[in-house]
Amino acid sequence: MSCSLMHLLEEDDRTFEMDDYAGPVARWCSGCGDHSVLTSVQRVLAAADAKPERTVFVSGIGCSSRFPHYLRTYGFHGIHGRALPLSTGVKLSRPELDVWVVMGDGDCVSIGAGHWIHAVRYNVDMTALMLDNNIYGLTKKQTSPTTPQGYASNTQPYGSWLPALNPLEATLGVTNASFVAQTAEWLPAHLMATLQAAHAHEGFSWVRILQRCPHFTADLFGDVVKDPSRVELLVHDERGIQAPALDRMIEHRVTHDPLDLDRARELARPSDRIRLGLFYHDPSLPRYEETRELPRHTVTEKMALLEQELDRHAV
Amino acid sequence: MAVKLDSVGPVSEDAGTESEAVSAVSAEEPVDGPIRSKPPTRLRRPDHSVEIVSDSGEGAQKCGQIFGAVSAKMGNGVWTVEIIPAEVEPPPRSLAGASGIRIRLGDRPVTNWGDETDLVVAFNEQVLLGRHRLNSLREGATILLEKMWATHPDDSIRAQWNEALEELSAAGYRIIEVPMEEECLTVVENARRGKNMFVLGMLCWIFDRDLERAREQIADAFRKKSDAVVERNHRLLDLGWRWAAENLDEQIEVPVMESDQEMVVMNGNEAIALGAIASGMELAAMYPITPATSVSHSLGEIFQRFGGVLHQAEDEIAAAGVAIGGSYAGRCAFTITSGPGLALKTEFLGLAVMTETPLVLVDVQRGGPSTGLPTKVEQSDLLAALYGQPGDAPKIVLAPATIEECFHAMITARRLAELFRAVVIVLSDANLATGVAPFPRPDPQAAWFGLPPDQSPVPENGRPYDWDAETGLSDRFIPGRPEGMHTVTGLAHDERSKVAYDSAINERASAARSRKLAAFGSTLRPPPVHGDPEGDLLVVGWGSTRGAIEEAVDRARADGMKVSSTHLTFLSPLPPDLGELFSRFDRVMTVEINYSDAPDAPFVTPENRRRGQLSMLLRSATLVDVDCWTRVRGEPLRPGAIHTAIRERLQ
Repeated sequence: MSCSLMHLLEEDDRTFEMDDYAGPVARWCSGCGDHSVLTSVQRVLAAADAKPERTVFVSGIGCSSRFPHYLRTYGFHGIHGRALPLSTGVKLSRPELDVWVVMGDGDCVSIGAGHWIHAVRYNVDMTALMLDNNIYGLTKKQTSPTTPQGYASNTQPYGSWLPALNPLEATLGVTNASFVAQTAEWLPAHLMATLQAAHAHEGFSWVRILQRCPHFTADLFGDVVKDPSRVELLVHDERGIQAPALDRMIEHRVTHDPLDLDRARELARPSDRIRLGLFYHDPSLPRYEETRELPRHTVTEKMALLEQELDRHAV
Repeated sequence: MAVKLDSVGPVSEDAGTESEAVSAVSAEEPVDGPIRSKPPTRLRRPDHSVEIVSDSGEGAQKCGQIFGAVSAKMGNGVWTVEIIPAEVEPPPRSLAGASGIRIRLGDRPVTNWGDETDLVVAFNEQVLLGRHRLNSLREGATILLEKMWATHPDDSIRAQWNEALEELSAAGYRIIEVPMEEECLTVVENARRGKNMFVLGMLCWIFDRDLERAREQIADAFRKKSDAVVERNHRLLDLGWRWAAENLDEQIEVPVMESDQEMVVMNGNEAIALGAIASGMELAAMYPITPATSVSHSLGEIFQRFGGVLHQAEDEIAAAGVAIGGSYAGRCAFTITSGPGLALKTEFLGLAVMTETPLVLVDVQRGGPSTGLPTKVEQSDLLAALYGQPGDAPKIVLAPATIEECFHAMITARRLAELFRAVVIVLSDANLATGVAPFPRPDPQAAWFGLPPDQSPVPENGRPYDWDAETGLSDRFIPGRPEGMHTVTGLAHDERSKVAYDSAINERASAARSRKLAAFGSTLRPPPVHGDPEGDLLVVGWGSTRGAIEEAVDRARADGMKVSSTHLTFLSPLPPDLGELFSRFDRVMTVEINYSDAPDAPFVTPENRRRGQLSMLLRSATLVDVDCWTRVRGEPLRPGAIHTAIRERLQ
């Protein structure tokens, strides 16, 4: 038995507080939505008593991809758009690790779009967050695929030429999608509940987090933040995301069974209100790492198997 | 039953040389063999090459592989090379569509595909003509040619046949027409699926192969098919053997070697797959690309029995990322690719170098640039492997020279990747990938398989990049190690893995990453010299060309030329004392399968001349005026061509 499995069997009844996951002070701009997500993630980790040494945060490149640096867990700050292959490798190699992925909109649905589609289909057990501020922030205001049509940036100063890509619709269109949710950083109760549900799901949890960029897209979500009537919550008594703190604040609700994929796709289409909640959740779908999990052999066993293979080639 | 070699009777005295050793002996008739009017002539040849060429899908390669395996098992030196068109099904009967295999047999270990072919079996005259025009056939070569086309109902095919035969006859070959189709139709309804085993039968008679071994080998090759298929192929084998016995008048004896050493036979890609397994790596990530893909075919079949996962990723980039993620998590992983894939993985390789994450990358080189020659050999990725990353990205690069080395290179690569927290690139090529040769059976060692991920707590105040001032080495904090939490990053970072843009830290970190190569290089020995330690010319090679180079050097030395050769396994870091070695020769010349300008080509000056990749590297490393002789003909080097080049350099 490998050391890592031994570790699983050891008595480990440590409990953790939020501070146990706190790394150095985050260097995001003040008012950046990333701060709110970081705090919520730390709360989810503490609530789950996640062992810091067995938790891995993988990220790409962009403002939000600095995320792992500000946590006291293992982290892999990778390259632009490629967080998902890295995290897939971590999980195939060490399925026992708790893996999170933090990406921006450029990471997930632009340069890394191919990986996004396939990661959804692989359904490897990890919690993938797409922090979507509708703009490239780190490189200073270039259009992203989710930038609204007509919105000006430094690369498209006359306004984004095309309608924005809808990542929810696209994700819900991928075979084997098992957990698709949308939340917003300015509604911490909903954010926290969504992250908890995503973390608890055994499979690929894909969460789009709408967030403000105080520098470059402050106006995009400003009205919505001030006016809760612009938000509609997806609710379901048994299987939805429960955020009772929002009961009084947000009046618009639509009842939706997260197992109803056709309805989820309808709800994902653009509408007057921003819809938040659990669009789809099917815990029964096959997980790639589970289909590939194999018994580990001792070295002696492997040597015997290798001799058998060499026999096949023997002269 | 087949005639046993030792029952054949006397053979000529001067066997073992290149001379025309001819002796007509009367072979004992096999028990169920034919009655012939005149015993066949038996020619003794220390070295003999056979090509089987057909349209795609007619099974010439399977036939040649079985023939090669049987020959190896009987004690011949064997090297086989596949002749592969770029398309899956090129137009039939076309000059460029030749699909097939060359099998070179010898009375000693064979290390390369040789020069021209002595015997060709062709399924139609057009593919044969294609090989003729590529100068693949020896003068006076014997040709066994399917004759159905001569009487084909289509006028244009008959016209093609007549034209081709005219051209081939003028070239002076000994052409024997064989009714392959007609004979095979007595056993199978579709002769296209069966001719290859008929041909195998003919070859078994010509080379006096043990038919029982051939039957075993057929049963293994068709092990996934029904017994009826195996039985049908056995009947075709017998049919071909009997036809040859009744109709051919020449047999070839390639003397066998006596050896107690246990041998295995496989191609280079199979050797890489088995070597990877023997190295203890448990995760391979790849995307299909020729000619690397067959490594994953081997792994796909057997890897999971060892607990290994072969992940076919969504693209080349993801394949690199999955392997790096797997290695980062503590189990060294590898990725397999070819030139265009190496290009796509470039950015990820830089990340692995920067984060000092172990990674083994196999590049089975093909012709380039771009899509280039997907099925043909080239050694054009050397500089891309060394210098492909923007920024300074020191990596270890090694190149196996033989199929045996393909196996052991993987074990070495994994060890070095983990020990030096490094990217290790293994440069194989299309010649090794599909070349089949016997080599001493590896003796698996427990140490090859490595250790499970270290999960011990990290020492107090431990740092994830605690670079040793001399060697640049540091201990890796693998996820799961208590108190080792940190974030690795592709950004510049300090010893604690904190992002640092500070100039002093950047220089220190760059030096540490580079120093690891020098530290490893200090453990290497100067490469051995083939031939005398000093002389007029030193030929330097790398990778799959070693066999051809050494054979050429041996011929040149037999002619009295003062030439030696050396072969580099490690291209990064280079082994020590190369300058001193080069100084013992008047001239130094690399021999490579990549492009270089001819020195007298238009506009070419000594300054702007683009040289062979290894020669560029050696010139900069040693300040010696290293010349080069290179070819990009899409085929392995022929010893005869190298021999000529050596002679020209020394004149």
